[in-house]
Amino acid sequence: MKIKCLSRNPDDFLRETKRDIHKVPRNYDPKLHPFEAPREYVRALNAAKLERVFAKPFLGSLDGHRDSVSVIRKHPTSLSLLLSGAYDGEVRVWNITKRNCVKSVQAHDGLVNGVCGHPNGEYIFSVGADKQIKQWNITVEGDIQDQPKSTILGRSVFQDIDHHGKDNFYATCGAGVNIWDEERTEPIRYFTWGVDSIHHVKFNPVETNILGAAASDRSILLYDMRGSTPLRKVILKLRSNAISWNPMEAFIFTVANEDYNCYTFDMRKLSIPLNVHRDHVAAVMDLDYSPTGKEFVTAGYDHCLRIFKLDQGHSREVYHTKRMHRVHTVCWSLDDKYIMSGSEEMNIRLWKARAWEKLGTLKSRESTALQYNDKLKNKFGNHPQVRRILKHRHVSKMIFHNTREIRKIREAAKKREQNRMENSKIGTVQYTSERESHVIGEKE
Amino acid sequence: MDKSKSKKSKTFKSKPKASGKKSVQYETSAEDKFGSSHKGRRHRFSISHKYVNPFPDNNKTSTDKDQMVQEFTINVGQLSESKVKHHVNNWSKRKKWLHSDDKPGKIGSKTKNTRKQNSTEWRKDKKNKEYQISRKLEDPFPGDAPVDPKKLEKYRRTDTDELTEARMLSGKPEMRLTKAKTDYAVELSARSDFLLPDNSGGIEADEGEDTADLKQYDIINAVDITSASKSFDLKLPLFGPYHMNYSRNGRYLLLGGAKGHVAAIDWQTKKLMCEMNVMERTHDVKWLHIETMFAVAQKEWTYIYDNQGIELHCLKALNKPLQLEFLPYHFLLATGSSEGFLSYLDVSVGKLVTSTRTGYNRLDVMCQNPSNAVIHFGHAGGTVTLWSPNVKKPLAKLLCHHMGVTSVAVDNSGNYMATSGMDRQLMLWDLRNYKCLHKYRIQSGAGHLSFSQSGHLAASMGSVVQVYSDAYRQKIKSPYLIHRLDSCISGLQYCNYEDVLGVGHSNGFSSLLIPGAGEANFDGFEANPYQTKKQRRQAEVKMLLEKVQPEMITLDNTALSKVDTVTMGRDIEERNKLRYLEEKKISYTPKYRMKGKSSGLKRENRKQGVKNRVIKDDIKEILKEKRREKREKTLQNQRGPKHVLDRFKRNKE
Repeated sequence: MKIKCLSRNPDDFLRETKRDIHKVPRNYDPKLHPFEAPREYVRALNAAKLERVFAKPFLGSLDGHRDSVSVIRKHPTSLSLLLSGAYDGEVRVWNITKRNCVKSVQAHDGLVNGVCGHPNGEYIFSVGADKQIKQWNITVEGDIQDQPKSTILGRSVFQDIDHHGKDNFYATCGAGVNIWDEERTEPIRYFTWGVDSIHHVKFNPVETNILGAAASDRSILLYDMRGSTPLRKVILKLRSNAISWNPMEAFIFTVANEDYNCYTFDMRKLSIPLNVHRDHVAAVMDLDYSPTGKEFVTAGYDHCLRIFKLDQGHSREVYHTKRMHRVHTVCWSLDDKYIMSGSEEMNIRLWKARAWEKLGTLKSRESTALQYNDKLKNKFGNHPQVRRILKHRHVSKMIFHNTREIRKIREAAKKREQNRMENSKIGTVQYTSERESHVIGEKE
Repeated sequence: MDKSKSKKSKTFKSKPKASGKKSVQYETSAEDKFGSSHKGRRHRFSISHKYVNPFPDNNKTSTDKDQMVQEFTINVGQLSESKVKHHVNNWSKRKKWLHSDDKPGKIGSKTKNTRKQNSTEWRKDKKNKEYQISRKLEDPFPGDAPVDPKKLEKYRRTDTDELTEARMLSGKPEMRLTKAKTDYAVELSARSDFLLPDNSGGIEADEGEDTADLKQYDIINAVDITSASKSFDLKLPLFGPYHMNYSRNGRYLLLGGAKGHVAAIDWQTKKLMCEMNVMERTHDVKWLHIETMFAVAQKEWTYIYDNQGIELHCLKALNKPLQLEFLPYHFLLATGSSEGFLSYLDVSVGKLVTSTRTGYNRLDVMCQNPSNAVIHFGHAGGTVTLWSPNVKKPLAKLLCHHMGVTSVAVDNSGNYMATSGMDRQLMLWDLRNYKCLHKYRIQSGAGHLSFSQSGHLAASMGSVVQVYSDAYRQKIKSPYLIHRLDSCISGLQYCNYEDVLGVGHSNGFSSLLIPGAGEANFDGFEANPYQTKKQRRQAEVKMLLEKVQPEMITLDNTALSKVDTVTMGRDIEERNKLRYLEEKKISYTPKYRMKGKSSGLKRENRKQGVKNRVIKDDIKEILKEKRREKREKTLQNQRGPKHVLDRFKRNKE
């Protein structure tokens, strides 16, 4: 007969010296880990609470502008540099890491309508209300000379400027869209279509020859730089303020609209938006995609920023401070960690893209714990207690009341529509989906 | 010893899947000696049909790729014998060519480049048959090593399989992905199983031998000296009989003599932590969540002491306790009192959670289900009742015996329950369907029952302890071990993570060796026998952070991670009902009245008033109907044939 008893040598389970870490043998047998679901649920609840505890998104403000900030743009090659233009014609370069202004120049008479950088990061362009396009040399540290490298005087005011993703071309808009070669003083292309008062233009970062523009006749236009005529346009009920291309999916773009909503479109089918994003209670002024292409941030006339997920209709986050006024412009940093916003009260603010995220390098244990918490939040996110905690956001009184009011208006409209359908002859009043209802028409 | 260990260790031998291709594989492996690496070989093949013809004397000049493919397919052993022969010839030729100096690798650098290009292109095309086959040839054991399905089963959670049953349009891909991920995790855990450091113990009987004949003396002689030291007797004849309790990590032992003697011992090192006499009758002792605190059920109230023996709390809320149970994940101390109250006290905040009047007299047979924290009571009427703090009535009642229940025990998985009664029966129950699995007649009703981590069942009958191995899977023919003591047994518990059974009796305490009773490998984050002070403190904080609320105690403890289809169905039903409750049409034209009382508004108001009255009457009617239905239902229930269990109902109307 053979007999064996469990017999452990304690030395196998104790650390050898005091400086060692404790040995923790693991056994993943589910029998040894009872109450798996309830314990995970409690952990998820704790994770959700901790997320809200650590949600402190505001990092700091960059002050120095002497008038409202009209535009901020990322520097194409340096993560720490930020370009901004103000209503008094000043262009500033900021160092975000040091949170100081590197350089400021009086670039234009009247407001600065747009700034952009060359993809190699060696010079920047600015357009202003003085009908001028100015090109400035910029050093690696962000220093620019007091005098522009070159100046082009146009026939009309330029409303916006954006640079081609790879080559030496840039586009301006105003009366129509112009494509410029950097070597020349005359545009190489000139696009017009109907009433041309275009206030925003943006190159596609992936399909670099495609560009989109927003016009004041409520339309969104698409151009191909290689062709001579515009490609398509879609007309919405109200005008769009800005347009942003998805950096990962080349055919998807989102527009910020005056009717408080954002609309995500597929370039190939403009007749119906892919998604309607709503939560703002005033016009959306600007938006920018995160480099992952899964989220975008919007600047609202209602004194707040909101972060939307691409596939969701409501925002996952709202940022506001007591002192922040109407937000004119916003951008999402290329490392997917920060958000910069420029607002009416002359400040540029720096925010975290994920409000609860811990900045700086994480130890591996720390990051695994955070990942585990994320997974738990995902798994139990639909349980009422967890969801309540995760969804709760404090908003200003104005937004709170306006949201309620808008909800009432929407419900009333819906009810009215329903009544109309019920009380009219079948087939005379058609049901229109929310997504369809905002588009007036598509033209080619 | 060693031999038994090697036999017990269940290392899974991976066998090659494609045993039919054996001969071919050998050939290739022989060839492998010359071909330096996979990459290099692949290059050579690709060149062979491009630049150098390796079979110049062959009539079928195999410059064509398809030709090569065919040859390889022969190699895999799918075609007729003659072709295989032909092919083997080719192979030997190829080997010669591989040895010879005029290898194509020695051609100039330009060709090298082109060759590289060519090979990468070739490799890129993963669907390329030739590529696939060449891979097959290179790897004698393709794919991952197989995993023992038993181990997969061990790590698989039951609720994950439901994912496949969910029928929904949205989120299906995510569900599929989740399922794939869980499967992968299960596979990885199963694969990591063989890394566990220890194997469980056991006794291996030769033919004609019976393990039940073994005495403790034999076991002690057969095992090593450290294991032998775990078998000991404490002679404490003055204050017995003794109740006992092991801490969750199996390291500490608590003894409580009925006449007031309470002692806490680190039983492995035999170090006494504290010893005192509470000068009162004690009924039960229990460790709390860590080994610095324990609860003692005394004559009048429950007390909490620390490991120095200092009285920390007197819990007057838990009065007249007979039995104690501690639910470690909920931080609840449950007591069954002599007045029939089941009380739960949250020891983390010191507040009474609930106190339920069970309607039974003395609650002196009590145990907890370790997998779902449900408390089981055995009663004098032969029933076993299941309780949670959230429901004032038992969750379930089982009529287990014809006479009083003497002891109840639930195994670690929470699926099986053992009961024993005065009717000299020992019964095993499946708690998933509340059915009796096995029924045994024993000499006398077992006074105490205890399940070990590996599923051994110990039963005490008077002064005899019998141990049954694997009691619920099959009908037991004979006990695994039998031990006779010289005094009446008053407490019985297996020690976690050790092959030890602790027995408290009227003359003290005995620690018995039961090989194969304990779980061999502990999890350091769950219960660590070698915990340091610092680790203990950290673990306590973690436990408190993860404290499960008492509201979450249910019979099915996986309910939280499942979709609540029942409530959803009920909601939908309610909603549908509402939709079909149509408003009655009222045809009422108000009478014409004089003196301006029939203006448009006034007529409308009168009309509305009548309408409202009608609706109100309607609702009243409906409620009346409902009440009537309910009454009828209850009457029907009363009139119907009596169920066997009806006699145990508390509220007889």
